[in-house]
This record gives sequence, structure tokens and C-alpha cells, in this order.
Amino acid sequence: MTQTTAIHGEKVSLLRVLGPGHVWALGVGIVLVGEYMGWNFAVGKGGALAALIACWTAGMLYTCVAMIDSEVTSTVAAAGGQYAQAKHIVGPLMAFNVGLFLVLAYTMLEAGNAITAGYLVQAVGGMAGFEGVHDKPFIVLTIVALAWLNYRGVFATLTFNLIITAIACFAIVVLFAAVRPWTDDVLKPAELLTGLPYGWLGVIAALHFGLWFYLGIEGTTQAAEEVRSPARALPLGTMTGMITLLVAATMTWYICVGLMPWEYLGQAITPLFDAARLTGSLWLMVFLFVGTIFSTLASANGCINDASRAWFSMGRDRYLPVWFGAVHPVYRTPFRSIVFLVPVALIFALGAPLDQVITFSILSGLLGYTFMSFNMVMFRRKWPLGSIRRGYVHPFHPLPAIVLFLICSITYFAVFLGYGTQLVAMMVFYIIVSAWFAFHRYKYVKRGDQFTMAWPRPVGY
Amino acid sequence: MENLNNFQLLEYAAWGISAVLGGWMLFDMIRTNSKYAEQTLISSREGEIEDVLVIDPPHQGGHR
Repeated sequence: MTQTTAIHGEKVSLLRVLGPGHVWALGVGIVLVGEYMGWNFAVGKGGALAALIACWTAGMLYTCVAMIDSEVTSTVAAAGGQYAQAKHIVGPLMAFNVGLFLVLAYTMLEAGNAITAGYLVQAVGGMAGFEGVHDKPFIVLTIVALAWLNYRGVFATLTFNLIITAIACFAIVVLFAAVRPWTDDVLKPAELLTGLPYGWLGVIAALHFGLWFYLGIEGTTQAAEEVRSPARALPLGTMTGMITLLVAATMTWYICVGLMPWEYLGQAITPLFDAARLTGSLWLMVFLFVGTIFSTLASANGCINDASRAWFSMGRDRYLPVWFGAVHPVYRTPFRSIVFLVPVALIFALGAPLDQVITFSILSGLLGYTFMSFNMVMFRRKWPLGSIRRGYVHPFHPLPAIVLFLICSITYFAVFLGYGTQLVAMMVFYIIVSAWFAFHRYKYVKRGDQFTMAWPRPVGY
Repeated sequence: MENLNNFQLLEYAAWGISAVLGGWMLFDMIRTNSKYAEQTLISSREGEIEDVLVIDPPHQGGHR
């Protein structure tokens, strides 16, 4: 039946069909590619032990992020995740910035994943003896095909992510078992661990890439409006995702540093695949190659999902043109936001170098984590425990918020050591767009409509 | 030379599939924009779970 006019009171909303497994797949799916590649640049910055310290320090940062996110999102159950949190707890200008952090962090990460997928196919072509192979067709295919999947519905999209993420996780576990870590037949950590070649400054520098083990786990909150039970599924999916990543990150580190000298590992492109090659097992090589491709696709897929939800939420609140706040009546997805972000991702994937794209993504993520630390303190002050219903209450408040802020501060310094110009350029960018929002865009926002949670008046107001 | 052609075919296939899927999304977006009233398309509200008012409540498939 063709419908051309809205029946009074009739609405189109996102579809509530997801469970905790999908939330896990969204969070771990975005991140797991960091285990397959990228984390090992931390080894190059400070040696193998520095990478382990960075892995666990970043693990602490993200555990704080997961705990804080779980509590706030189990209460603010809205697409947009941290954007919606900032809107309700801090204010519109903060929300606008957080929304942009999210969109840029995920779109850049999606572009980085597409570049990697293109590179992998190109490398296979080269290894198979083909000459003059190109990566661009496969970069474009990755972005467009996954956008199409996202356009068609969230259930199929995240079920696909669940399957490929589980396979990629399983590949790491199989490799770990295959190198027999209980013996020293294959792994030689005693011979290959060389202390801290650049001292403690190397450890701080390694933190920049230590984030890579977990970057994006906070994306689980973007599913808040599409899970059947936000208060249960979001904390469960996020926490189990974080546990999965902590275990997978440590296993990855142990396998790789026991097989490769740090000088090589620190600049390897696909360290887990290289580790599989060093075992001499063909089927392990194939399995880890499949895991590498799957982790890349899962990450790009989850990024499209999250970036489009954040963009959609900002459109719905008129922080951006309301046109972006549309939901597809059949597929129940934010279809205009998904389509709009395709050329944006393509521009970055085809026109910018990978390290710049990834650094911009990390910096946008880092700004978001810094926001979470004071957001949590404000949330508990304005709405103390017992004043509103929470699906999850994180322990030891305000310790996680303080630890999160401190580790973020150290990581800014670590990023500044390697990418100071990008850090300053990005700060300038966010200041300019903030001015645009405050002096131009905010007049279009329907101020009363944006606060949707049925909460009591905050303490002190 | 034959190998090169095979991989080139794969590259052309990637371009072709991208064009088809991208074109389909654009076509469907334009069709949906014209088929439904704008106020229906942008009627979603944050955090809203009142399925009674929503087109196609979960698990029923398709649109009414």
C-alpha cells in the first residue's frame, strides 16, 4: 500500500530487535581489528614490555569507560549514545561537540578499515603473481556494500557482525592454543623480551597505540534505541565485550612478542597473520588471514552503524538539518544519514593517508573519553542514586572517573609526542564548529523538545 | 597476461557491485522520500517505545 500522508499520531521509529549478543558484536566488532593490526606500533614506540604496560593501562581506561557508559546509557536509552548523554547532563554545546567526536571517530575508523581491506586484497593479488593490482575498487566496495547492509536493517547488519566477529575472536584463541604457550617449543619470550629500550618515555609514547586494543568499545551505546531491553542488554553486552577484549589483547601480545623481535614487530602491518606464518602451518595462515579480513569488515560495519546513529540523532534534535533525522518506514534505519556518510567516508579513504586518518579517529575518541569523566561526576551530582531508575550502578564512584581523566591526560601527551600538529589542528577545528553551532545553528533547535527523559528536576536547579 | 586479466575482472566486478548497490540505495532513498510524507519520515522521537503508534511494530515484518 502506498502511503503519502501521515495518519494522525502515526510514527516511524528505529526497530527494537537487538539482544546482548548484538551489542557485544557491535562493540567487539569495531575494536577487534586493533588486535589484528595497529596495536603493535606501541611495540615500536617503547619495546614489547612498554606495549604490555600500554595495553593494560589503556585496558584500565576503557574499563572505566565501559563502567561509566553502562550506568549512564542504562538510564539514557537513546540512539546517539554519548551525544544523548551530553545533551541531558551537560548541555547543548557539549552535546554538539560529542556528536561530532562520535561521527568523525567512527567515519575515520571506517575509512581506515576500508583502506586496510583494500590493501589486504591487493596484497593477496600481488602474492598470487598478478601485476598492477589496485586497492581502490575494494576500498569503495567495502564502504558501499556495508552501507547497503546497514541501510537494509539493523538486525541483519549486527547478526552479520556477530558471526564474523566470533570467527575472528576464535581465530586468536586457536592461534594461542596452537603455539602451546604452556611450553617453550614455539614461543621464546625469555629470549625476545628486552626490557624498556627507550625507558619510561617509551611507555608513555606507546600509550597512543595502546588505545588501539580497545578503541570503539564505547560504540555499544549507539544501539540503545534498538535493543529490546536497554537496561539489561547494554551493560551486559558492553561488559562482556570489554572482558573479551582484555583477554584477546593479552593473548595477542603474548603470541606476537614470543615469536618476533620487537624491532620487527614494531613496524609489522599484520602482526597476527605474521605470527601464524611463523608457525609454518598453512591452515593457521589461512584462518588468521580470514580473521584479519573479518575483523576489518566487522569494524567498518559497526562504524557505519554508529556514525549514522549519532548523525541521525543530531538531525532529529535539529542540531543538524532535520532532514537527517528520518527513519526508513520499511527497513527502520536512519537511511538518509547512512547514505550521506558514504561519500564522506570515501573521501577520507581515497584521499587521506592511513596514519592521519587513524590519528584523527583516536583523537576524536580521546576527546569523547575525557568528556565521559566529568559527565559521570555531573550525572551523580545532579541525579544522585535513588533519584532516578538506573539499570546498572558502577562501583567505586568517583574513582573510575578520576582514573579515566588522568589516563586521558597522559595519553594526550603521548599523542602530542608523535602527532602534535594534528592535535592542535583538530582542537582548532572543534573550536570553529562550536562557534558555528553556538552563534548560528542553535537558533533552529527546539529547546524544550530535545530533553526527552522523564527525570525529576536535577539537584540544585 | 592471463592472470592480470583475471584480477582486472575482479576489480571490474568490485566497481560494478559498488555501482549497483550505491545506485540501489540512491534509488530507494528517492523513492521513499517521494512515497511517504516528510512528517512521517521524521516522526521518530528519542527514546520512544510506544509501539502502538509506530508503523510496523517489531517482529511483524514489512510495512502495513
